[in-house]
Amino acid sequence: MDITKTTLNEMRDAIAEKTVSATEMTQAYLDRIEKYDGEINAFRETYNERALAKAKAVDAGEVTGPLAGVPIAIKDLMCTEYGKTCCSSKMLANFEAFYNSTAVKRLEDAGAIVLGKTNMDEFAMGSSTETCAFGPTKNPWDVDRVPGGSSGGAAAAMAADFCVGSLGSDTGGSIRQPAALCGVTGMKPTYGRVSRWGLVAFASSLDQIGPFAHSVKDCGTLLKYMGGHDELDSTSANIAIPEDLDDVNTRPEKLRIGIAKQYMSDEANDPAVAAALIKAIEIYKDAGAEIVEVDLPHTEYGIPVYYIVATAEASSNLARYDGVHYGHRTKTPDDLVDLYARSRAEGFGDEVKRRIMLGTYALSSGYYDAYYNKALKVRRLISNDFKTSFEKCDAILCPTTTAPAFKLGEKKDDPLSMYLNDIYTVTANLAGIPGISMPAGTAEVDGKQLPIGMQLLGPAFEETNLLRIARIYEAASECSPMRPKM
Amino acid sequence: MSEQKITEDDVRHVAKLSRLRLDDQEIHHFTEQLEAVLGYISKLNELDVEGVEPMAHAMDMSNVLREDKEVDGIAVDDALKNAPARDGAYFEVPKVLGDGSGA
Repeated sequence: MDITKTTLNEMRDAIAEKTVSATEMTQAYLDRIEKYDGEINAFRETYNERALAKAKAVDAGEVTGPLAGVPIAIKDLMCTEYGKTCCSSKMLANFEAFYNSTAVKRLEDAGAIVLGKTNMDEFAMGSSTETCAFGPTKNPWDVDRVPGGSSGGAAAAMAADFCVGSLGSDTGGSIRQPAALCGVTGMKPTYGRVSRWGLVAFASSLDQIGPFAHSVKDCGTLLKYMGGHDELDSTSANIAIPEDLDDVNTRPEKLRIGIAKQYMSDEANDPAVAAALIKAIEIYKDAGAEIVEVDLPHTEYGIPVYYIVATAEASSNLARYDGVHYGHRTKTPDDLVDLYARSRAEGFGDEVKRRIMLGTYALSSGYYDAYYNKALKVRRLISNDFKTSFEKCDAILCPTTTAPAFKLGEKKDDPLSMYLNDIYTVTANLAGIPGISMPAGTAEVDGKQLPIGMQLLGPAFEETNLLRIARIYEAASECSPMRPKM
Repeated sequence: MSEQKITEDDVRHVAKLSRLRLDDQEIHHFTEQLEAVLGYISKLNELDVEGVEPMAHAMDMSNVLREDKEVDGIAVDDALKNAPARDGAYFEVPKVLGDGSGA
């Protein structure tokens, strides 16, 4: 089996039928990581011995399960009782968790093999995987460009065929945006669909774990086995995972496609993105879908609301890094307060500092109503826009990003311009609804073909229908799987 | 929402609240960047949100209860596993009381 051509479901079946062994598949990925990841830097660390031991156990029939032997990667903010969990931060450079995040544990219990942890923007704060403390990840399509972020390592690992499925987290687009920029499929499930237990917190009311894969079906499969209620996360929804979540070839029960003018600005969208969107609308028309116009008038306020809500929550969540309980500690503090302030200043990178300060400012005395409370009210308006729209349609079709991958360093010290990358993705997090990004072809930039992505957003907890709608595009567009020449 | 610009003194104050020790050059740099971001955020002033219920969370849920059942807590050695400095079963920190210079 050629690992540069397979999907997760195909590999799972081949291992189950013993056409290939889990050991040869695992070894093939580890060899490929060894050969190419020096340049890409998708992985923070790999667990070769552990992965191969588990693969052997699968081949010996000692480990079974619906994902037996399937090699995956996880993002460096998912705690495991093996290896380190660093969030790509100097603050947690030596942090060793002593428990497993529920999503990872469930996939491992289903037989999946964790190859390693992937690079990310520090504490998931960024859209380019450049804010990490240990060097940026490069886009496998063009190593002068970013893979997107914050789950850039996870997306690049998929594009480079370093694994057959991977997990990321999406707070404002951190799965969908890098999926688009790397030419893979990435899904943010409904808020509460996947347990956040063991996921290092950035913005607790927005964070959600989701899959990267080479097909819509693979996303459904990974979500099926990692999702569902978890008593360790009181915000995980007590709603059963649909058994037919990965049955994506069935025609969706509901197929009205919403189009919003807020996502169709020719000024904002790259011509290739605009053309891909028009083609996608045609595909759904041909499939017999009803195309309806919907209005999302508060879309342009998504970024301002997000950068208040997310930073306010982050300023509180990251208060735990105090140089006392775990994480970096300064060498020679004057006193306890100085220990906190120096440890944090030394341990956090600039983007994390900016966001902690922005959030602290928005929550501080005299500004709380003007910023935080106002943002929460506009968040309601954004959520209401979706609710109204989903009375008329079953999924909203829009681009994932306005343009393909930008160059490394291009936006690194210009936070506002970096933040605007998330314009088409943040509103789904604010409303808590699911979204999926699929490869939609390429745009030519400087003589190179770079991937672009198409996004579908659906009502909360209707992932089964959303994935079936997505599958129609995937099958008809023939855009995925797409892989770079390496 | 305040229309007035964020000043270096504001950023110095916020850095103190955030427990981040920053030098003057960093304060200057962050002030410029935060000013640009806050300028963009002030776009929210265009909206009238009178009477809108704030939305703090994506799901309407409250009072999630579980059975009152005894379970093992975190073992001391696990809790202290990543402590930068420990003293027996405790986290170790610089002296807080006694010399008048502490927190």
